[in-house]
Amino acid sequence: MSARRIVVTSGKGGVGKTTTTANLGATLAIRGKRVILIDADIGLRNLDLVLGLEKRIVFDLVEVAEGRCQLRQALIRDKRFESLSVLPAAQTREKDAISLEQFRAIVDLAAEQADYVLIDCPAGIEAGFRNAVGGADEAIVVTTPEVSAIRDADRVVGKIAHDRKPIRLIVNRLRPEMVRSGDMLSVEDVCEVLSVELLGVVPDDEEVIDTTNRGEPIALREGGRLRAIYDKIARRLEGEMVPFTNFDNTSLFGRLIGALKVG
Amino acid sequence: MIDFLRRLFGQPGSSATAKDRLRLVLMTDHLELAPEMIEAMKRDLVDVISRHVEVDRERIEVNFERQDSALAMLANIPILSVNRPNGNGAHAAPEPPKETPEPMAAAAAEPPTEAKKPPVRKRRRKSSKKAAAAKGAAPAATPAPAGAS
Amino acid sequence: MSQIQSVPQEIEAAAAPAKALGRAIVLTSGKGGVGKTTTTANLGTALAQRGAKVVLVDADVGLRNLDIVLGLESRVKHHLLDVLEEQCSLDDALVAGKHTETLFLLAAAQSREKDDVETHKMKELVASLRERFDYVLIDCPAGIELGFRNAVAGADEAIVVCTPEVSAVRDVDRVVGLLGNRFRPQLVINRLRPALVRKGKMLSVDDVNGILRLPLLGVIADEPEIIVTTNRGEPLALQRNTPTGAAYHAIAARIAGDDVPAPMPASSKPSLFERVGEFLGGKRA
Repeated sequence: MSARRIVVTSGKGGVGKTTTTANLGATLAIRGKRVILIDADIGLRNLDLVLGLEKRIVFDLVEVAEGRCQLRQALIRDKRFESLSVLPAAQTREKDAISLEQFRAIVDLAAEQADYVLIDCPAGIEAGFRNAVGGADEAIVVTTPEVSAIRDADRVVGKIAHDRKPIRLIVNRLRPEMVRSGDMLSVEDVCEVLSVELLGVVPDDEEVIDTTNRGEPIALREGGRLRAIYDKIARRLEGEMVPFTNFDNTSLFGRLIGALKVG
Repeated sequence: MIDFLRRLFGQPGSSATAKDRLRLVLMTDHLELAPEMIEAMKRDLVDVISRHVEVDRERIEVNFERQDSALAMLANIPILSVNRPNGNGAHAAPEPPKETPEPMAAAAAEPPTEAKKPPVRKRRRKSSKKAAAAKGAAPAATPAPAGAS
Repeated sequence: MSQIQSVPQEIEAAAAPAKALGRAIVLTSGKGGVGKTTTTANLGTALAQRGAKVVLVDADVGLRNLDIVLGLESRVKHHLLDVLEEQCSLDDALVAGKHTETLFLLAAAQSREKDDVETHKMKELVASLRERFDYVLIDCPAGIELGFRNAVAGADEAIVVCTPEVSAVRDVDRVVGLLGNRFRPQLVINRLRPALVRKGKMLSVDDVNGILRLPLLGVIADEPEIIVTTNRGEPLALQRNTPTGAAYHAIAARIAGDDVPAPMPASSKPSLFERVGEFLGGKRA
């Protein structure tokens, strides 16, 4: 059976597409799925870096597309997992170096050998985005609870909905204390505005920067709270009904606690 | 201290402002992205109003304006004629007192007994929250918008 | 005959004072989400508060956000493409800043694509803006494709914005390469978290600039207030007495040529509070 092909996109840059792709991929692999991650951000590749695989790149997406190597030669097997492989983007080319048909063909090939193909989409809504979305059957839209990110996510949802592909939402970098103090939009606010089914909520965590520095997906850290959260997201992706953690506490009691909390 | 009290009693912080602004900006974005929808709205609006008055389809203008925390659609629809109350044929609308008088042009198409009067402009305000419903066309005696709510 | 006619023109030309052309500065980064738009809005505000005439150009066609960051989203009637395609005049499109008199915005089009912008037209537009304004700040989109090239086309100076994270540094490095010899880009480091740097969990300013080796314009610390001000559409530079507001003003001063030290967030020693917190095992959110 062919893999599920999911693009991870956002419109706005810097909201966590690559981090999400890496961690969700890692989590699915830990759960025993065969996962292939494709970095579609030609020219500004970062998926390899976030996973700490940058030194192992031999071939890239564009070289596969141009027939200069086989897919299996370009795929980097991440040894930390049973079955996680990464197809890196090209760094010195541009997003128009590959056509939609070529990209789709590569995704097809990958889909034959995996349960999940996750496509890390570039920022924007131009050719790179179109290719990445074109190669997928489903979309995960990532946003932060900030006006510009949500606005851009809305634009992207509009574009993808046109293709009638199922879309689900991950709200990234939530800061519950700011939501409580009324300085940040809540998850409810975001969902109301975007009207997209919620897949997951990931709180802001300063550890993420550290893990990116080291090239270790945070989902690998045993006992970490983000690991548990990505696990929930993976389970929801698989069709399980998993309740959401209540971060937003708007009761008076909650506000009292929030108001008295220091540090 | 004020901050503490604010948080304690749940006074809205900037997130309420953000949500409001976001809602409005998305409405505007969506409208900008869907000129076909605006054309369809214009057509539907004109069709409905035409059941009551004859309008100049060529000179209809539709604009969107932000009013406080709502988006309003402003339609400017020139009315050419209004039926007699008992439904017998066309009857030109009375001249509005404050409008700039246009020269009485000799109208070739009009019956010779009636001088052609300048078309009456009727402004309709439609809030984004109300369904489109054409109100009875009271002749616009003043420049103030009729049927506003 | 023509000889005699041309002489008065020469005298006229010599007598007329040369009007200084404004400076056209593009703010770019490669990676999205590092703070280009926020920096453009705040720097523009700070420069305008110094009395300069400033126009901010949002070159992110299709994904505009400079308007919302400035709180001007409901006032945009025409946009960049309307001007480039001569559907309206420049004056029709320029939106005056809400809080600063000499600040203006030329918004991007939301419903168009970056491909719709012709590079030579963009250059002409920036050239004409330079005749009217002291500063033309161009907010560049993420990426390195046509959108980036168009944003860069009319500029003669560049500021690269970078966060202290590996992907951002890598992307800035690529962009600096693409900017080529025409530019001597200056660096703004954004979203520094001094506490994390001290713990060794975040790259320091020296780490970042050790790799990039660019003249440092300034460093802005990560502050939750930035989110609040974006929520409200009131750039933090309006609040000069906040650390971040002051930092933007210092950067503006440096851009204007004042001899001001590059702003660095106060971070040399951990506060007593932090030390106690760490001792007790607490973690800052």
